[in-house]
Amino acid sequence: MRNSIRFLHRGKVVELSDFSPTQTVLDWLRLDAGLKGTKEGCGEGDCGACTVAVGRLSGDRIVYKPVNSCILFLGQIDGAEIVTVEDLAEDGRLHPVQQAMVDAHGSQCGFCTPGFVMSLFTLYHSDHQRADRKTVTDWLAGNLCRCTGYRPIVEAALNSCFTAADDAFCRRENETQESLRGLADDEDVLVGDDDRFFAAPGSIDALADLYERHPEATIVAGATDVGLWVTKQLRGLDKVIWLGRVEGLDRVEETRGGLLLGAGATYSAVEPHIGRIDPDLGELWRRIGSKQVRASGTVGGNIANGSPIGDTPPALIALGATIELRKGNDARTLTLEDFFIDYGRQDRATGEFVTGVFVPKLDPNQAFRAYKLSKRFDQDISAVMAAFRFTIVDGRITEARIAYGGMAATPRRARGAEAALIGANPADPASWAPALKAVADDYAPITDMRASADYRREAARGMLAKALVEVSGAPDAHTRITGFRQMEADHAA
Amino acid sequence: MQPDQMPAADYASVRKPSPHDSAIKHVTGEATYIDDIREPAGTLHVVPGWHRDAVCGRIKSVDLDAVRAYPGVVAVLTHADIPGKNDCSPSFGDDPVLAEGNIQFHGQAVFAVVAETRDAARRAARLARIEVEEHTPILTVDDAVGADITVMPDYQFRKGAPEAGLASAERKLSGRLMIGGQEHFYLEGQAAMAVPGEDGDMFVHSSTQHPSEVQHTVSKVLALPDAAVTVEVRRMGGGFGGKESQANQWAALAALAARVTGRPCKCRLDRDDDMIMTGKRHDFRADWTAGFDAEGRIRAVDMKLLARCGYSADLSLGVVDRAMFHADSSYYYPDAAILSRRMKTDTVSNTAFRGFGGPQGMLAAERMIDAIAITLGEDPLTIRKRNFYSAGRDVTPYGMPVEEHHTLHALIGELEEKAAYWARREEIRSFNASSHILKKGLALTPVKFGISFTLKHLNQAGALVHVYTDGSIHLSHGGTEMGQGLYQKVAQVVAEEFGVSLDRVRITATHTGKVPNTGPTAASSGTDLNGMAAKRAAEMIKARLIAFASAHYGVEAEAIDFRDNKVIVGNEAIDFGALAKEAHLNRIQLSAAGFYATPNITWDRPTASGRPFLYFAYGGACAEVTIDTMTGEMRVDRVDILHDVGKSLNPAIDIGQIEGGFVQGMGWLTTEELVWDGKGRLRTHAPSTYKIPTASDVPEAFSVSLYDSPGNPEDTIYRSKAVGEPPVMLANSVFCAVSDAVASLKPGVVPELDAPATPEAILKAVAAIKQAEATGR
Repeated sequence: MRNSIRFLHRGKVVELSDFSPTQTVLDWLRLDAGLKGTKEGCGEGDCGACTVAVGRLSGDRIVYKPVNSCILFLGQIDGAEIVTVEDLAEDGRLHPVQQAMVDAHGSQCGFCTPGFVMSLFTLYHSDHQRADRKTVTDWLAGNLCRCTGYRPIVEAALNSCFTAADDAFCRRENETQESLRGLADDEDVLVGDDDRFFAAPGSIDALADLYERHPEATIVAGATDVGLWVTKQLRGLDKVIWLGRVEGLDRVEETRGGLLLGAGATYSAVEPHIGRIDPDLGELWRRIGSKQVRASGTVGGNIANGSPIGDTPPALIALGATIELRKGNDARTLTLEDFFIDYGRQDRATGEFVTGVFVPKLDPNQAFRAYKLSKRFDQDISAVMAAFRFTIVDGRITEARIAYGGMAATPRRARGAEAALIGANPADPASWAPALKAVADDYAPITDMRASADYRREAARGMLAKALVEVSGAPDAHTRITGFRQMEADHAA
Repeated sequence: MQPDQMPAADYASVRKPSPHDSAIKHVTGEATYIDDIREPAGTLHVVPGWHRDAVCGRIKSVDLDAVRAYPGVVAVLTHADIPGKNDCSPSFGDDPVLAEGNIQFHGQAVFAVVAETRDAARRAARLARIEVEEHTPILTVDDAVGADITVMPDYQFRKGAPEAGLASAERKLSGRLMIGGQEHFYLEGQAAMAVPGEDGDMFVHSSTQHPSEVQHTVSKVLALPDAAVTVEVRRMGGGFGGKESQANQWAALAALAARVTGRPCKCRLDRDDDMIMTGKRHDFRADWTAGFDAEGRIRAVDMKLLARCGYSADLSLGVVDRAMFHADSSYYYPDAAILSRRMKTDTVSNTAFRGFGGPQGMLAAERMIDAIAITLGEDPLTIRKRNFYSAGRDVTPYGMPVEEHHTLHALIGELEEKAAYWARREEIRSFNASSHILKKGLALTPVKFGISFTLKHLNQAGALVHVYTDGSIHLSHGGTEMGQGLYQKVAQVVAEEFGVSLDRVRITATHTGKVPNTGPTAASSGTDLNGMAAKRAAEMIKARLIAFASAHYGVEAEAIDFRDNKVIVGNEAIDFGALAKEAHLNRIQLSAAGFYATPNITWDRPTASGRPFLYFAYGGACAEVTIDTMTGEMRVDRVDILHDVGKSLNPAIDIGQIEGGFVQGMGWLTTEELVWDGKGRLRTHAPSTYKIPTASDVPEAFSVSLYDSPGNPEDTIYRSKAVGEPPVMLANSVFCAVSDAVASLKPGVVPELDAPATPEAILKAVAAIKQAEATGR
């Protein structure tokens, strides 16, 4: 048992054994370390002004991820290197991404700039994907700028981030790796005492044991939601259990039948795999939160917190996913749709926690579609999220699994519409007209700041119709204005 | 030779794309904002407290015991602690710093917690028990019209005989457009830090566009003479109008706390508090009737602009006037009645926002033109051009002639070519014919924006320039830096005057002790006013140096020239610093205060006559969009912009203003939706629910160019034109393009699309037009 956390900062190991369980990295930087370069813009992980880079060993290299430090708990950087905007320039010489920002006139008021610089720093150090604008805008979706209109920032990124990395961090990499290896252990971590702690168990058994003893503790995976309980609702969480050190919980395994995800697997770890089940899933993943949110947030967390507007549950329900739960030494499996009982209520016993998700692949005769509808394409919470899996035999639908988010108190299947589709021919709109009517009766959506009930109902119908039109292979190639399928069509054309 | 006649190559500093003065500090994190200033020991933190539920009503009781008892709390302030006047309004005395007697909107500050840490202050602020006898709130323009309550009297421009004009017109159309408001979402929220000094003095660091007004507010609230209060602003993390009047309250609270505790006090709002407690762009209802001929030429216009002002007047006088001044967009109305009403509601007091009412007025005009075009089956651009101001058709509804209409024509003509408008119109027509779910739209819209504060006395500025004996130059002026690059532009002007490199000019913070009685940095006028004032200060010093050098070295004044960090005196080149030193030894004053007041503006509001603007800035934008008729989603595919900045002082900064202004305007008209619940509580008070554009919302095909101008015909600073606000209205092209896409569904029917064009608004307009088709309307 280790009673402190340790991380690497400016080449030195920082060890802390006395801090609030919900102390944020941002507050540590600004208030304790006196480093004011990292800014607070919103306190909820949506503007990116507080972006810092967190470096971790991955095999024989260090991978830097951008994270929102305003909603990242201090304990979550245990074992990692933290890099902030102050650390980039070397002997008064700007880092390449900083220089590119200056050259492109990428800052005006400058307040968002440190966050952009740090996002660019992580892009600079990433495995370079395609050096195109799409890669950049996706990478920067979590950084808001109100002054520039982004064009010069995107230009700075294109000019600096797609050459082989060559900076002080590369030159120091061996030392840094050594330091990080020195921090690695498989200890259970607990900072605090039995009444108030930040804990990071090292194994699934230790986690099960700890949670059984403290069922009132809050389990945190990425803290992209729980962070807001703290910064916005000012909730005092006395006992926090972080999953980030649990051995094996971050696993992502492609099996013959599907994809097995540990509850601690981040969205970004799942991203390259999930799109292979269907391109719409890749696009959906890309639009969940932002690079920062996906670097911290997990699929398990998205499920376990039971939000009616989580983006992954509708898609996973339509695919027929199952989840695994554990309490003490007992494990059980249930279908994802059965997990969600009502608003804020899940089929989870006291002391029980989600350990993994299994996502089945599609059969050759199954067609899948998923659409996310929000006011803004990137980094927005869905007004309506819809996912469809149609099994089609000889041109007729023999089974339909349809799930919507944002339409009810929980992510839920559209049973009426599913039934109405049996026997329908996607190429014959008259045959599926009853399903369009049925889907409106399947839900009684609410009006809120994201959309009105009427719009939700109307859009739910539109999404179902769009899915059927697309599945039918109708000649109208232009069916959507965002997403991989459309891009494929454009390329083909 | 006049500067504007000099070839660009002869300039060393102005008309050059030098980077923002703080660019390097921005990217390294060294640029200091209010919350980054190293706090003096013992600094306390102030957090405003408010009733989390009540929208409006009489305060029955306020129980702050639990707040006071919270660990770390040093003081809890209410209106009773205010020694001076409980008011932070810009003019009208109707904005209490802390509520007294009544809560007037959801989120109004009732008390303030002063604590050792910000965290303690935030937690304590939620422990108050406030009882309110609530009454039914008036929330919307329509509510207020029903109750007939306004914050100020109605106001009207009349030109000619609009009633007769409408009656005699061949065709007549009416419509109503609802236009949403907008949250500023400056990345740095409202913040101020007050440090008490001796004799009751108060030094205030404030993130404000209007340091003089913060000074006056603090002195008013603390019952101090203005001279006892000093306000300094080095930079803001964005302003956009949101820190013109609305920074006052937080500076006043910090200063009040500093007065009560005797310790430095800082007040920085949470993002949610900031969005709930501070005003926004006014939302409007625009009701219009146009009379026109068979060619779509407007004969007469009757327009009513109803603005939601909120609970107090704030800057609504000027904002709504400016909506009226721009209700013509670029179009000639032979006869017109433009009426405005400033509706009073039980909501936060709306305020300045880049464009200051202009965008709303212009959008209404564009809708009117679109409606005329659709009704006549003509292309909207044809109707736009047919109605442009031109020779003999050049007087605005408020009586000011549009002298530079040739610029409008030339600019729009060039943009039409550059954007290949007519070829793309054909491509879009054929795309729409074959695409059933997705539809495209195209629009090219003009901008003509009046430059000058319409409140005449604000059109003045001061600057203070010192030359030190080593030749380094200290520059201070009344303008504030909010990211727009003002400091850099003014420094370029001063460097140019003295013929020195930019690094010799030290840019310093705006400070009420250096330059007093300033206006706000607003109305796009920062460079026009402060650039001129600084130029004059520099000219004064330079004139003294020339007179000195002429006498000292026995050379004709005409043979003395300042360039390349040297002073050319006859056949000799003397280092600028050496001359400064020599002048000082000969007792020549090397410091000057410059002053500028805009000439030729004569607006008289009571009689609605005179010339409100020194000149107009022009621009044009062509936008293409695609909408999804099944979901209402929309994508902007391509934007071409041509914009007139006269002779640019700094093309890089100007392009940045144009691009940024356009994208901000695009956000206002598309994804940025303010939603209040039925009780009147703002539900979109953080970026998780209020969506400003992200990088991917800006199309890859985004081309922005400066119009090749011969220079501002008015004698402005190096013949440049103001650029802060006009580009916001370039985004009207996006809204009109969305409307065009919807209109493609049914020729001849005007879409019922309101702003912002969210997916929901678009789908609603699509449904309405399909309905119109079904009923054969």
